Amino acid sequence: MDEIQKNLLEQVAGLHEMPEGAYNIRANGKSVERSTTAHIDIVTKTDKQGIDIVIKPGTKNESVHIPVVLSQSGLTEMVYNDFYVGDDCDVTIIAGCGIHNSGDADSKHDGIHSFYIGKNSHVKYVEKHYGSGDGKGERIMNPETVVDLGENSFMEMETVQIKGVDSTKRSTSAKLADGAKLIVTEKLMTHGNQTAETSFKVDLDGKGSSANIISRSVARDNSVQLFLSKINGNNRCAGHSECDGIIMDNAKISAVPEITANHLDAELIHEAAIGKIAGDQIIKLMTLGLTEAEAEAQIINGFLK
Amino acid sequence: MLELQNLSFQVSDDSKGAKEIIRDLNLTFEDHTFIAITGPNGGGKSTLAKLIMGIEQPTSGKILFNGTDITNMSITERAKQGISFAFQQPVRFKGIKVKDLITLAAGNQVKLPNVCDYLSKVGLCARDYINRDVDASLSGGELKRIEIASIIARNTPLSVFDEPEAGIDLWSFNNLIKVFEEMHENSENSLIIISHQERILNIADEIVVLAGGTVQARGRREDILPELLKGTEGCRFYHEA
Repeated sequence: MDEIQKNLLEQVAGLHEMPEGAYNIRANGKSVERSTTAHIDIVTKTDKQGIDIVIKPGTKNESVHIPVVLSQSGLTEMVYNDFYVGDDCDVTIIAGCGIHNSGDADSKHDGIHSFYIGKNSHVKYVEKHYGSGDGKGERIMNPETVVDLGENSFMEMETVQIKGVDSTKRSTSAKLADGAKLIVTEKLMTHGNQTAETSFKVDLDGKGSSANIISRSVARDNSVQLFLSKINGNNRCAGHSECDGIIMDNAKISAVPEITANHLDAELIHEAAIGKIAGDQIIKLMTLGLTEAEAEAQIINGFLK
Repeated sequence: MLELQNLSFQVSDDSKGAKEIIRDLNLTFEDHTFIAITGPNGGGKSTLAKLIMGIEQPTSGKILFNGTDITNMSITERAKQGISFAFQQPVRFKGIKVKDLITLAAGNQVKLPNVCDYLSKVGLCARDYINRDVDASLSGGELKRIEIASIIARNTPLSVFDEPEAGIDLWSFNNLIKVFEEMHENSENSLIIISHQERILNIADEIVVLAGGTVQARGRREDILPELLKGTEGCRFYHEA
């Protein structure tokens, strides 16, 4: 890997060197490094681009890194990664995509990550997106995440896209069995003329299932964001979604919540708030000696931390 | 230390035209002084505090701080000159932790044990609070104590408190009195406290009674307080306002 790819890798996966545990590093459309463990296998798909990650039942405290980096301008790829997590597991999965585009052609990474999570398993899934390079070509990422949560399983999903991605359509859908729990935390910042669309569809099918979707976003310059969320309560369940947006300059944010209770004991809540930074927050930080610009940066950094 | 010269502040009121909140006010505060500013609601106390910090700009007049004309300085510049301001209603932030706020207040060199000391001074157990967000999860009283801790952490030559007692429970109030006494005794810094509370007025060196946007009375605590305590009805300062 060259320096640009190494830098992308550090941005999206925090990796300075090869991680411990299982990993698969994909650079410019090819798998360049791979490691498996006694409990986690990674197999290349034969019918299409992508890999199967198979985690044996009972695997505890192990991690899988599957970052993707693109530094070749004009490269477009569509990747399918399927995660089979057995029963009674406790694992951390770190994905992420970095695109460096210094050319004039668009670079694009579309990925579908499907999770099949067994009973009583806990999965922490972290996904970071980052773009760099000053070419005219756009950096485009369209991640799709499909989650099937088994009985009493728990998935925590953290997604971050702070810098450099010109266009993104992010879609997450989940089905939850009895007692399953899903928490999604999304952090998003757009600037320039970027567009970002993020949509969630959650089916709370199981008795006692619950979902909490938390999105915090900042839109600056002329960027445009759309937040869509649909939660269907199909059993005794609890669903909550929260979209909190800070708008700056000429940016636009839309939040379109939808909650549907198809069961008498479904408890569903949606909260959405969009607005500029509160003036008194800036004043407070200025009374501590920060300039207006420093105060603004502090507030945004905190908000997206 | 602080001189307010012919200070006026007007706001435009659609129905009545311009309304004068502060009227040609003149006040001089010496170094290492503890002043309580009191007076009826709507008398201009909070506005005066905001004018000192630069949150509001006077319509006319001058503000001098240690001989420097700060009238046209921004809030940031005044903060850097050594003025602190505790909000009557402290501001909440999503994502900024108590530790971050105190660190920003103290300057970035501050060490964690010091952050904990500042919180202990206002009666908060640091372990329970440093990693909490300064957001809606804190009660009004907790927020108020954190606000006061941030002013202690700043340790500037002048601290202005706008009704520090508002929202504070009785137990904390006793501590609050101690905090102000300590701030006054252990440093050369000056305090200006806007307050309605007799017990705060009772520890000040001087009391200023502000009503109708002007100074109705000013003097040593011993002279002013008995007059104030005769009750609003009979108090000539309130009466004259």
